[in-house]
Amino acid sequence: MTTEPWQTNIRQPTFDNQQLTTDNQQLRYLDSVGRNIIRFLQTAQGLIAFTLIALGVALTKFNAAARVIHPLIRSQIYRAGLRLLPMIGFLACALGLMIIGQMVALLTRVGAQNLAGTVMVTVVVRELGPLAAALVVLARVGAAYVIELGTARALGEVEALEALCIDPVHYLVIPRIIGLALSIFSLTVYFIIVTLVSGYLFAFVQDVPLLPGDYFKQLATALVWEDFALLALKTCSFGMVIAVVTCYQGLAQPLRLEQVAGATTRAVVQSVVACVLLDVLFIVIYLAM
Amino acid sequence: MNATSPIGGVPAARAAAAVIEMIDVSIGLAGAVETAAVEGIHCAIAAGDYWVIGGPPGSGKTDLLATMAGLYRPLKGTLRLFGKDSAKLDEDDFRAARLRIGLVFDNGGRLFNHLTVAENIALPLRYHREGQSGPTEERVSRILEVTGLTALARDLAGQIKHGSRQRVGLARALALGPEILLLDNPLTGLGQRESRWWREFLARLAAGHELTGGQPVTLAITCDDLRPWADQGKQFALLRQKRWVRIGGRIELAGSEEPFLRELLAPDFNVGLAGGS
Repeated sequence: MTTEPWQTNIRQPTFDNQQLTTDNQQLRYLDSVGRNIIRFLQTAQGLIAFTLIALGVALTKFNAAARVIHPLIRSQIYRAGLRLLPMIGFLACALGLMIIGQMVALLTRVGAQNLAGTVMVTVVVRELGPLAAALVVLARVGAAYVIELGTARALGEVEALEALCIDPVHYLVIPRIIGLALSIFSLTVYFIIVTLVSGYLFAFVQDVPLLPGDYFKQLATALVWEDFALLALKTCSFGMVIAVVTCYQGLAQPLRLEQVAGATTRAVVQSVVACVLLDVLFIVIYLAM
Repeated sequence: MNATSPIGGVPAARAAAAVIEMIDVSIGLAGAVETAAVEGIHCAIAAGDYWVIGGPPGSGKTDLLATMAGLYRPLKGTLRLFGKDSAKLDEDDFRAARLRIGLVFDNGGRLFNHLTVAENIALPLRYHREGQSGPTEERVSRILEVTGLTALARDLAGQIKHGSRQRVGLARALALGPEILLLDNPLTGLGQRESRWWREFLARLAAGHELTGGQPVTLAITCDDLRPWADQGKQFALLRQKRWVRIGGRIELAGSEEPFLRELLAPDFNVGLAGGS
C-alpha cells in the first residue's frame, strides 16, 4: 500500500509531538534539578553567612551585657540540658541493655571479651553517645527554637529588640548556641556513663564471666586523651550546628502560620545532615591520628 | 517659621537645629524593602517639636517612623540624626544616636510576651547599663508608677489587655530616657478615658517630665485620625499617595483646604483648635 503525500503530512506532526513531549519532560527534569541545586546553594550560603554573623557577634560582644545574656545562657542550659536528663537517662539505660549488654555477652561467647573495652569506646564514646544526645536535643529543643523564633519574628519582637538597640543575634542566638553546645556535651558524658554501666549490669545478669574490675580496666585502657578532646569538640560542634540551623530557619524570614511546619522540618533535616557530615569529618580525624 | 529653605518648604532655621532631618528621602516597605512606600520626604524635626503625621492605613506611617528611628535605611536621600548623616556614621555613633530615640510600636507595642511587664521595661536598662541592679529597679519602679502599671508589674506581657500593652510599650521606650519619642498610632483601639490619659501624659512629656530629667521630649506621632491631636500637635503633615505633604502649624491646619485633610478631620475639628497655635 502506497503512502499518499497527505498521509505523510499528517504523520509527521504526530512524530514531532512525541519528540516534543520527551524533550519537555527532560527539560522539566533538568529544571527541577537546577532549581534544587540553586535552592541548596542559597540555603548553604545563608547558613554560612548566618554562622559568620553569629561568630562575629560572639567575638565582638563577648561578655557584653552580661546581666542579660548570662541568665539567658543558664536558662538554655536548664532547658536543653537539665530538663532532658531523665529522658537521656532512660535512653542510655535502654540502649545499654539492648546493645551493649548483648554485645558484651556475644564477645564473651566467642572468647573475645578482652576486646569489650575497645568496642565500647568506639561504639558508645565516639559514635552513639554524641549522636544520641544531639538527636534528642534536636527533637526536644531545636524544633521548638524554629517555632519560637519564627513567632517572635512574625510578631515584630525582633524589630522591637532592634528599636531598643539590642542586637537580636546577641540576645536570641548566642545564648542558644552556647546553651546547646554545653548541654549536648554534658548530656553525652551522662549518656556514656549510664550506657556503659547499664550495659555491664545486663551482661552481669546474663552470667557473663567478666568481672567489673576487668571491664572498667579495659575501658580505661582503650580510652586515650584524644577521645576526651575530640568528644568535647564533637559534642560542642553538634550543639552549635543545631542551634545555628534552627535559629536561621526561625529568623531568616517572617513565618506565616502555614510556613512554620515546613521551616521546622527543614531545620530538623538540615541539622541531622550537618551533624552526620560533621561526624564523618571527626571519623576521618580519628583515623588520621 | 515662614522663611523656607529650597527643599520642600522646610523652614531654614528649623532645619539648622533639626534632631531628625530627612532630605528627599524615599522609604521602603517593611516586607519588601526595595519597594518605595513614601517618596520625596523633606522634613526637619527640631528639638522640642511635637509632630503629628496623619495618613490612611497602609500609607507608610510605620515604615516612616522605623526609618526615622534608624531601623531601616532610606532607599534614597539623606537621613540626618542629630545633625549627622546617618549613612556616614560608624556603628558606635549610629548606635549612640539611636539610643537617644525611643520608638513605641502600634497595636500592642510588640512586647516580649514571655517576660513580665517589669522585665520588659528593665530589659533595655539591663542590656545597656552595666553595674548594680539597684538603680535599674528604682527606675523601673518609677516608670511603672508614672505610667500606672505598678499593679501589673509581675504579670506576663502576653496576658494583659490591649490598653495596658500599649502603655507597657510606652514605658519600655521611656526606660533609657530618650530625647525623641516616635509613636506609631498610639490611640488605636483605646477607649476615650485611655486616650485622654495618653494625650495628657504626652503633653507632660513634651513640656518636660521628671522621667527625662525635666527635659522636654521631642515627639513625632503618626495617626489615622488627626482629631485627638489637633489641639496638641505643633507641626502637622500628611502621607498621601506615597507623598509627604507638610501642612504646617495649627493655624495652617485649620485653614488648609486640602480635601484629604478635611476628610481626616471630623466636623467638630474647630472645637479642637481652641488652644490656637
